[in-house]
Amino acid sequence: MAFREEEHIQSFSRRAIVIGILQFLGLGILASRLAWLQISQGSKYKTLSDKNRINIRMIAPLRGEIVDRFGVPLAVNVQNYRALIVPEQTENLKDSLKKLQKYISLSEEMIERIIKESKKKKKFVPLYVKEDLTWEEVAKIEVNLPDLPGLLIDEGETRNYPYVESTAHVIGYVRAVSQEELTGDPVLTLPGFKVGKTGIEKVFDLDMRGRAGAVQEEVNVHGRAVRELGKKPMESGKRVALSIDGELQRFVQDALSEHKSASAVVMDAYNGAVYAMASHPSFDPNMFVKGIPQDVWQSMLNDPTLPQTNKALAGQYPPGSTFKMITALAGLEAGIINSKTTVNCLGSFKLGRGKFHCWKKHGHGWMNLTTALQQSCDTYFYDMAVEVGIKRISEMAKRFGLGEELGFEIKEEKSGLIPDEEWIASRLGKKWQPGDTVNATIGQGYILATPLQLAVMTARLVNGGFSVRPWITGYVGDKYKGADQWPKIEVSGQYLKMVMNGMDAAVNTKKGTAYSSRILNENVGLMAGKTGTAQVQSITAEQRRLGLQNKDLPWKQRHHALFVGYAPVGKPRYVCSVVVEHGVGGSSAAAPLASKILEHVQIRDPASTRIHSFEISKPHTGKDTENKTFGPFLPLKRTVE
Amino acid sequence: MSQMFIQSDHNIFRKLLLLNWGLVALIMAVTSIGLIALYSAAGGNVDPWASRQFVRFCIGLTVMVCVAVIDIKFWYKLTWLIYFGGLGLLVFVEIKGHVGMGAQRWIDLGFIKLQPSELMKIAVVLALARHFHGASLGQVKRITFLIIPAMIILAPVALVLLQPDLGTSLMIIMVGAGIVFMAGAPVWLFIGGIIATGLSIPVAWQFLHEYQKKRVMTFLNPESDPLGAGYHITQSKIALGSGGIEGKGFLQGTQSRLNFLPEKQTDFIFTLWAEEWGLFGGLLLLGLLAMIFGYCFRIAFRCKHNFGRYLALGLSLNFSLYVFINISMVMGLIPVVGAPLPLVSYGGTSMLAALSGFGLIMCCHVHRHSKVTR
Repeated sequence: MAFREEEHIQSFSRRAIVIGILQFLGLGILASRLAWLQISQGSKYKTLSDKNRINIRMIAPLRGEIVDRFGVPLAVNVQNYRALIVPEQTENLKDSLKKLQKYISLSEEMIERIIKESKKKKKFVPLYVKEDLTWEEVAKIEVNLPDLPGLLIDEGETRNYPYVESTAHVIGYVRAVSQEELTGDPVLTLPGFKVGKTGIEKVFDLDMRGRAGAVQEEVNVHGRAVRELGKKPMESGKRVALSIDGELQRFVQDALSEHKSASAVVMDAYNGAVYAMASHPSFDPNMFVKGIPQDVWQSMLNDPTLPQTNKALAGQYPPGSTFKMITALAGLEAGIINSKTTVNCLGSFKLGRGKFHCWKKHGHGWMNLTTALQQSCDTYFYDMAVEVGIKRISEMAKRFGLGEELGFEIKEEKSGLIPDEEWIASRLGKKWQPGDTVNATIGQGYILATPLQLAVMTARLVNGGFSVRPWITGYVGDKYKGADQWPKIEVSGQYLKMVMNGMDAAVNTKKGTAYSSRILNENVGLMAGKTGTAQVQSITAEQRRLGLQNKDLPWKQRHHALFVGYAPVGKPRYVCSVVVEHGVGGSSAAAPLASKILEHVQIRDPASTRIHSFEISKPHTGKDTENKTFGPFLPLKRTVE
Repeated sequence: MSQMFIQSDHNIFRKLLLLNWGLVALIMAVTSIGLIALYSAAGGNVDPWASRQFVRFCIGLTVMVCVAVIDIKFWYKLTWLIYFGGLGLLVFVEIKGHVGMGAQRWIDLGFIKLQPSELMKIAVVLALARHFHGASLGQVKRITFLIIPAMIILAPVALVLLQPDLGTSLMIIMVGAGIVFMAGAPVWLFIGGIIATGLSIPVAWQFLHEYQKKRVMTFLNPESDPLGAGYHITQSKIALGSGGIEGKGFLQGTQSRLNFLPEKQTDFIFTLWAEEWGLFGGLLLLGLLAMIFGYCFRIAFRCKHNFGRYLALGLSLNFSLYVFINISMVMGLIPVVGAPLPLVSYGGTSMLAALSGFGLIMCCHVHRHSKVTR
């Protein structure tokens, strides 16, 4: 028994030692695994752990401002108050938003949008509820904060347009980023980030956007920031300085507003700088920044006067009598007319079986080029139509910038239309008729032009025949974008002088169609110009017999009223085009507006001031010669004598 | 008979002097590491974990000393009561228990959530030790003698598997097998058992719960789903590895403090410790644990009766299995099974179970000369 007991103990000892060895072996494995993880894998896991806990949070860049040529801000960033809500801190997001409706106006669709957004984001991420809170709303929320758990008031930057509707079409507006606009730039995904949708805001969106800054934050597993580790400041976007004069722009916009629908362009005859470009009716661009109510948006879309469209660029109208200068130049160049050519106007012109009426029923009598332009006699131009031919007319029109896009910065511009035989064959499948040419001589028929093109045409007529093109951007950041020199057009200065005489007579002589609109202010120069009344539909024989007044027709059937002009008469600097949609008569509706505008632009005299550059102290580079080359009213390039 | 009388007549103070104070010191040292880690887990705060853990430790220490000084014959006699009581509790939780973690595992006693499976591990060791206590080597070599031990082991294993708690059932089997091995059962039995287990794995796979399968699968390739089921292992490895040799420093464990580490106060406490204290800290803790193993080994060897030998070494094996399973799990050596690190992890039951176990081990030491009769 004792022996077996001894044997038993020995057996136990052996086996216990086996277990003990296994235990220590196990600990050895653990220790070596730990050493492997912490020594040879240490650096690998170190980077992994840093990646785990460091989060990069972007800081929205400040959008570059837009200023006018004097440095007056047209688009700025203003501090605003916005309401944010943290879903995690609310008992029920929807209930909290409903409660909020008691204090601020919040539509059902906005609530739905927020709830939809909340499902895509983590519960602690604040969501935008409403921007641009008024002081009253902020106060109401602050007072009731205990009742509104999860609600925050945040201060941020938002775009504001101090000139409101005056600059709406030119400047455009910014709006929240849409799904299609997500280009991969991470800044676009920032809550509340906005991009330019129209106008200059769109053209220079990337320049003005700037670069986002970043904050390196230590985060916990939920992505919540615990500590800031590092910061890279954001870079503001570039400032854009335009060639326009904000005050003039506002003046023009106000002037247009006496009509239902109108547009106007004021530009420099020599360098092409646009001083004002207005389209009426307009809208409040700030509304788009805040988020436009659905009903307002719908009514804008359905408005026949197209408040959203920049009609100065995109409105295409038959130029009517404003086109007569082109016809005259074509006739002069072809040698079909000269300064002594006279035509007896009897009120109408017969071509084959067709009869073409002059606007003056009983005729103007004997007309020469100057008086034909002065009194806008149609017959004078009808008479040369067949001999000159559409080819010469359309070719001349194209030299003056009609029928083509002018390469303006704002891409909304339309090309207008200058027809010829090829065009009518390819587009309408018709043969060009001599009667079509007769219509074309007075800017009717197929011809279409935009107000911008009419202004450019006028500029090229009066600057001595330089092919100026319009531009509106002076500086982007510190880079000059304007233009000063333009190549010469092949046209005789003498012919231009003859046409300008006619335009002078049209405004400043008693029989002139725009005599009643001449500038009476003796402190500024006189203006010259040409009226235009463009038929929207042909006048029926019935109407002609009844002597029905055009102004008694429904608005949509009334004639368009146009005027192109320049000032001062002797030393042209400013050109202006005005189109009043269905304004009945060029002399009654458009000329008075142009007169007001050309008077005011001379008072403001924007051409005498260089565009406000970002670094004033920086000496001017040779390219920015806008002011050195041309003093006010003293164009060096004038060749017209 | 008289010697037994004398032995049992030791008064309480003499018994206290006989306690293994070295082992107590080691236990205190390991627990202190746990408390430091818990303080850090709470972001440098004694609340909510470290303070409560300390209270539990104090209670557990008292229980341990009480268990140690109570006559070993008392525990011997109480064995079956404890064993069947434990089985009863397992049945009880199976029938009417709280639903937690997808398994019914505890009884809420108000002050503590008692996990009968923890109790059962000790009970199985006690029962096996008692069964083999009086057996001669010849008896143990007979395969028929091993039927009862097999039943002692498999009855709780079956109940724990029903919960279902694969990790605990495997641990009971391993501890049980360890004691049967120590008692002298034929070696071929174990070799055969290991082979049989290997062959039965594909069959057992069919019976695993979906989450258990997933755990095994992600263990085999944790990076396959770093944000899903493999998240725990990946994050734990990152924490350990980024700790490096010197560690990130006290309260500087970014992984754990920023909550990347799951269950940092319970199952992943070792990770937190080794992230902040590095390889040095990790090896210190492993070293202390090794000393505890060694101490228990010595107690078992010095014990003069089989009951004490089996009990002490069985309980030490139970403790060391916990340590292996927990630490291998956090280091990505085995799948995540959800086992705490005894004495270190936050948790009342595991603390109490571990200290009661050490109480019994010390009891074996205090009463090593006792004559324990069948």
